[in-house]
Amino acid sequence: MNTLAPLAEARRESVFVPAFDAEAARRDFPILATPVIHGRAFLDSAASAQKPMQVIDAVRRCYEAEYANIHRGVYELSALATKNFEVARDKVRTFLNARESSEIIFVRGGTEGVNLVAYAYGDKFIGEGDEIILTYLEHHSNIVPWQLLAERVGAKIRPVPIDDAGELIMEEYEKLLGPRTKMVAVTHASNALGTLPPVKQMIEMAHAQGAVVLIDGAQGAPHLKVDVQDLDCDFYVFSGHKVYGPSGIGVLYGKKAHLLAMPPWQGGGDMIESVSFEKTTFAPPPNKFEAGTPHISGATGLAAAIDYVTKLGLDNIAAHEHALLEEATQRMRQIPGVRIYGEAKNKAAILSFMIDGAHPHDVGTIFDHHGVAVRAGHHCAQPVMERYGIPGTVRASFALYNTRHDVNLLIEAVDKVKEIFK
Amino acid sequence: MSSELRELYQEVILDHGRTPRNFHKPEGANHHANGHNPLCGDRVTVHLKLKDDKVEDVGFEGSGCAISMASTSLMTEVLKGKTVTEAHALFHRFHDLLTGSEDSAGDAAVDTDDFERLMVLAGVREYPMRVKCATLGWHTMEAAIGTEADKVSTE
Repeated sequence: MNTLAPLAEARRESVFVPAFDAEAARRDFPILATPVIHGRAFLDSAASAQKPMQVIDAVRRCYEAEYANIHRGVYELSALATKNFEVARDKVRTFLNARESSEIIFVRGGTEGVNLVAYAYGDKFIGEGDEIILTYLEHHSNIVPWQLLAERVGAKIRPVPIDDAGELIMEEYEKLLGPRTKMVAVTHASNALGTLPPVKQMIEMAHAQGAVVLIDGAQGAPHLKVDVQDLDCDFYVFSGHKVYGPSGIGVLYGKKAHLLAMPPWQGGGDMIESVSFEKTTFAPPPNKFEAGTPHISGATGLAAAIDYVTKLGLDNIAAHEHALLEEATQRMRQIPGVRIYGEAKNKAAILSFMIDGAHPHDVGTIFDHHGVAVRAGHHCAQPVMERYGIPGTVRASFALYNTRHDVNLLIEAVDKVKEIFK
Repeated sequence: MSSELRELYQEVILDHGRTPRNFHKPEGANHHANGHNPLCGDRVTVHLKLKDDKVEDVGFEGSGCAISMASTSLMTEVLKGKTVTEAHALFHRFHDLLTGSEDSAGDAAVDTDDFERLMVLAGVREYPMRVKCATLGWHTMEAAIGTEADKVSTE
């Protein structure tokens, strides 16, 4: 596969040498040409990303030509569907650089991945008086499953605080870690502030205390190259729909030793070895954790999304998004009355802010009128909003198909808000 | 600026949003309820002083967007002196105004002047996502009426 071809072409056409041709990439996303979005700025990809033709085609092909239930039929079509499903699993393995594809479990999304670990690992290995370390940056999906676990088994939740810039206070993390720490669950990238916590260092520190670590990669996987072996995390979850894949499919990576030691979470077909009314024995991972017919076309679509971002180059995408973030941040800083939340040194392409005197929801409505789609509210991260004493923020998030034009619209939209809320 | 947006953010709404009226707990208030929109985080507490089925006083506290604050503020202004039945009727008319339905259009219990005051919020009709903001305070008011009255203090 020649990944450099589109780049070389862009170089010929322009004196300015972009690392990445977003305009060309935009043409892969049919929705960007529809009247609802065309000419407007879609800056809410952190909630869910749009889908390229390559993903849509893959899902369509699955249903049009390659669909049957998997792991069951002896006929050719089922064998083909099964093969595609397992090829998709192996693509995810490569994407995360996991050792084995049996460490890749297909789930509905990041949320289900965290819940699976909280139940199947948590109920067995975390008990009364044990401690679970979370952080103030977590999305509700990486808080609530642990709270439910803590209630079931009598464990305690210990959150790591953040400073004004939105960085985790590492001294506090160090203090919280101890022999009672059984689990550390931390985000790879904050969805509300963009902060990238030093996860590799945090994992090392947790392991030194004998704790296992789950990384919530919902916002990490779309923007960062993930290497679970280098990170040495015990679990990693992400959602397909945020990496330009279908919704309803996600991934849980778990180290093989953990997956072998964990009991099944849900029972049903596909996860057994043999069933009788006296005793059921379970299939080895990953099947042990994939009860029932999975999201077959979703796995195919996710594999196509991984192919797509890999072909464009995750580093190129990240550099492009970062350039947009930098420009937007610089220009926002110059507007009186705009306050930026989250100024960590290392950030994902997320810009959270407030405009003095205007509630985020009013801002969202006015932005929409000006053709700018953003998220307004608490972003399912209420603890971080409480930390700053605000009801919510306006969040612009950048993806591979965003351009400087979108940044211009964003800045103009801020002026419109200021016109109304003088 | 588009006309719809101008209609939504009229000066009256901006004014009530910035400086909501009756933004306190009235003396002698005996019915209270908390309203919360978990989607956006808006929170209001409505306090009513009900006597013989009449709203003698009403106030509120809380935080939210301009639409929810203004709507609740205007509500407190029009509710003072109304009977519980009139309050319900007013809410139904107001709700219909926002959702574009006409179910209770001919409701005789609604005072025309009061309803006209609430017409400033008619622009919300164009923004279905914001109807919940405009009705939060009203739903909370209805809940407050339904609560049991505070025990009378003998102090």
